[in-house]
Amino acid sequence: MTPTTTVTFPEWRGKSLDDALLECRDQVESPDFETVNRWRDAGGKVAGHFQVSFPEEIIHAAGMLPFKVRGAPTEPDLADSHFGSYLCSILKTSLELALSDRVQFDMFVSHPICDAARNLAAIWGRNFDYPCQILYLPQNPNSAGSVDYLRHEYDRIRRVVEEVAGREISDDDLAHSVAVFNENRRLMRELYDIKREQPWLIAAEDAYALVSLAGMIPREEHNELLATLLPQIRERSTKQEDRIRVVFEGGFCEQPPFDLIRMLGRTCYVVDDDFHIGMRWITSDVDTQGDPLRNLAEAYIEQSSYSPVQHDDRKPKEKMLIARINEARADAAILAAAKMCEPGLEEQVTYTHALDDEGIAYFVSEFEENMTSFSQLEMQVETFVENLLFA
Amino acid sequence: MSTLEDTHELVGRGNIEGAALFRDWFAELGETAKTGGEAAYVFVMGSCNEILKTFDLPVVFPEITSLQTAVRHVAHELLEEAEDYGYSPDICGYVKADVAVQLRGGDHPMGRLPKPTISVLTNACNTYIKWAEIWERMYGTPMYTIDVPGTRQAGGQTWAGNADFEADRKYVEVQLRELITVCEQVTGKSFDIDKFRDILGHANTMTRCWSRMLELNSARPSVFNALTDGTIYLGVANGFRGTEEGARYFERLVEEMEYKVANGLGQDMDEQYRLLFVGVPCYPIFRRFNELFSEWGGTFVNSTYLWFASGGTNRGFEYDLNDPLASLAEGMLVSVRDAMDSMFHQDTVLEQMIADHHADGVIYHPIKSCRTVSTGLADGRRSLTEKTGTPSLFIESDMMDRRVVSEAQMKNRIDAFFEGLASRRQMAQAGPKD
Repeated sequence: MTPTTTVTFPEWRGKSLDDALLECRDQVESPDFETVNRWRDAGGKVAGHFQVSFPEEIIHAAGMLPFKVRGAPTEPDLADSHFGSYLCSILKTSLELALSDRVQFDMFVSHPICDAARNLAAIWGRNFDYPCQILYLPQNPNSAGSVDYLRHEYDRIRRVVEEVAGREISDDDLAHSVAVFNENRRLMRELYDIKREQPWLIAAEDAYALVSLAGMIPREEHNELLATLLPQIRERSTKQEDRIRVVFEGGFCEQPPFDLIRMLGRTCYVVDDDFHIGMRWITSDVDTQGDPLRNLAEAYIEQSSYSPVQHDDRKPKEKMLIARINEARADAAILAAAKMCEPGLEEQVTYTHALDDEGIAYFVSEFEENMTSFSQLEMQVETFVENLLFA
Repeated sequence: MSTLEDTHELVGRGNIEGAALFRDWFAELGETAKTGGEAAYVFVMGSCNEILKTFDLPVVFPEITSLQTAVRHVAHELLEEAEDYGYSPDICGYVKADVAVQLRGGDHPMGRLPKPTISVLTNACNTYIKWAEIWERMYGTPMYTIDVPGTRQAGGQTWAGNADFEADRKYVEVQLRELITVCEQVTGKSFDIDKFRDILGHANTMTRCWSRMLELNSARPSVFNALTDGTIYLGVANGFRGTEEGARYFERLVEEMEYKVANGLGQDMDEQYRLLFVGVPCYPIFRRFNELFSEWGGTFVNSTYLWFASGGTNRGFEYDLNDPLASLAEGMLVSVRDAMDSMFHQDTVLEQMIADHHADGVIYHPIKSCRTVSTGLADGRRSLTEKTGTPSLFIESDMMDRRVVSEAQMKNRIDAFFEGLASRRQMAQAGPKD
């Protein structure tokens, strides 16, 4: 069996919608990333790329599996001594995956999204022999030089990937991968349409699981999964309930615990969010004609979402959040930040002031991927929701 | 031939003149604030002072103004004010102190700070970007980010002539040209290339002197304290970069240090252990922190701080005055990249420093406030220990927040470290056991 024909996640196939979603949740909740290991066991190579955004098409075009490194619900037993205090959890648990061999990589790439994460490639490089690279995505997307620069940077990373993969990546390979990912982006947009328009049809944690899987199975498989399940979700007969509609903001890097999302979904409809926003960074189809690397670079700059880790004069984040809330017809926002996440915590201040000005209700909270107790938080959220419902 | 008179005139001159320049600088800022004049807010890693001075823009370094509040023991009040405003205890203390100063209308212990007319930053620290966004929202200040691509993989730096390097250089140059346009719009002045060339000339003098000064401290005994004296020199190197006063100051500083080396005049103590400092100083107890080491005869002979907080001036890049803008782009690329390397790949930097400066130990000081500098230190220390076996100490505190500075705990650990160094030295002198 060649890696490209490897099925890494067969468990959902042939099952009812509810059972298929249960399998999806189980995969996402597991710290073992079994799908990635199945890919490797079949002889495939794995490129880990840390949050937030990465041009996965380049890895895909080389026949490798792009794995979104997003930490894990596990303790950093081996990684802890490689870090000091005052750091977010995702750094430690991500390295833990590699140190513990729970996931084996052939290369690792990070982007300087924040002061902590930009150290990650150097730390990784001191501990592993495979290429540990930084992809310098433009921090000045408003410069006239940013697309040319990014095109060259993508080409540079293409050369690194070629060396790891042991094969050339042609423009045709890339164009094919762009088409596969365009289809994936279209399906993810459809999922979010359902969340916005008929949120009672899919639980918050199920929608999250479907998105999260994109970063741990081949995209063709993910396309098939979404193409099969989304029509079934639309056909559900679940009744709409009297719940408030919220936007969750703060899941761009470290992911909130699955149970926290489940808890939110019990009390509100999460009609939009920034969970794994990097895998949904490009908001419309990337051109498949012409130079694929330039097309990807232009899409990154011109057809993209927002997050606290990118400054773009055209996208003030508080205005983007308000637009997200309005487009989703949300009643309120959950403004969360991972503990010790500097960009997230800084943005919370801006968001609260902007939402105050707009008269939009919000709930502020911090989370950590490893937190296990939610009773107090749940009570606070319920109180917040009741205040809105019975105001 | 040196005389006692020479010694009196020269030794300590750099600190006195540095303090005077600092007072002049803050007086200028106070005057600017009073008259409502224009000012640029910039940062130590890639300040672009060369361009801003061409437009006669006074510069505020918020990192420096913030650290001054800690040294002057008022930072805690400012941190609490910013936290009341909404900022988490877990984010950078420099940012929070500055926010509070801005909320107080620029009221700072060293005088009033002008509001930012423009902010210029690099990506060398991500918090620079978040920080400038605060002024953008507070005042509508235009911010310009010079995005400087850094080292992609340990040891993978490229240089002039390499296609990847040239792509990076071109990107930086495009941005510098855009910055000039923004400065022209903000100040209403045209860019004067000849004045710019003069400024680059002064910057070259300062760069040469900075490199020489670091080199001179490899002397035994060392001639300046990289932690305490070095912070004064850093202030001048940043605030006066590209100015005639700055160039003159550093020429005279090198003269002082060369005199001290020639005459075997070290720091004002008996140098027992030569140490390297990694991280950012503990400003809330700045003098006392140093004393915890000097009481044992420990002297700081170099630091990664003198490298990255000088924006990589240690790299020694000098501008080609015949092609000033392209050369500034190359200089920024090489120097800011080097500053980032001093933080992220500090283990390889330290290997060289240990050899060049005959260091007996390395003091790691990761801090809550700065994850850029601190995140990789524990892992870097493991690596350095494996490669060199050099004794090291790892003490965590903060550069601003006295709530996480415990002097008693620090002293215990520092004392134990020196006892270990002494025991190691005794064992080495005793020779191998049969």
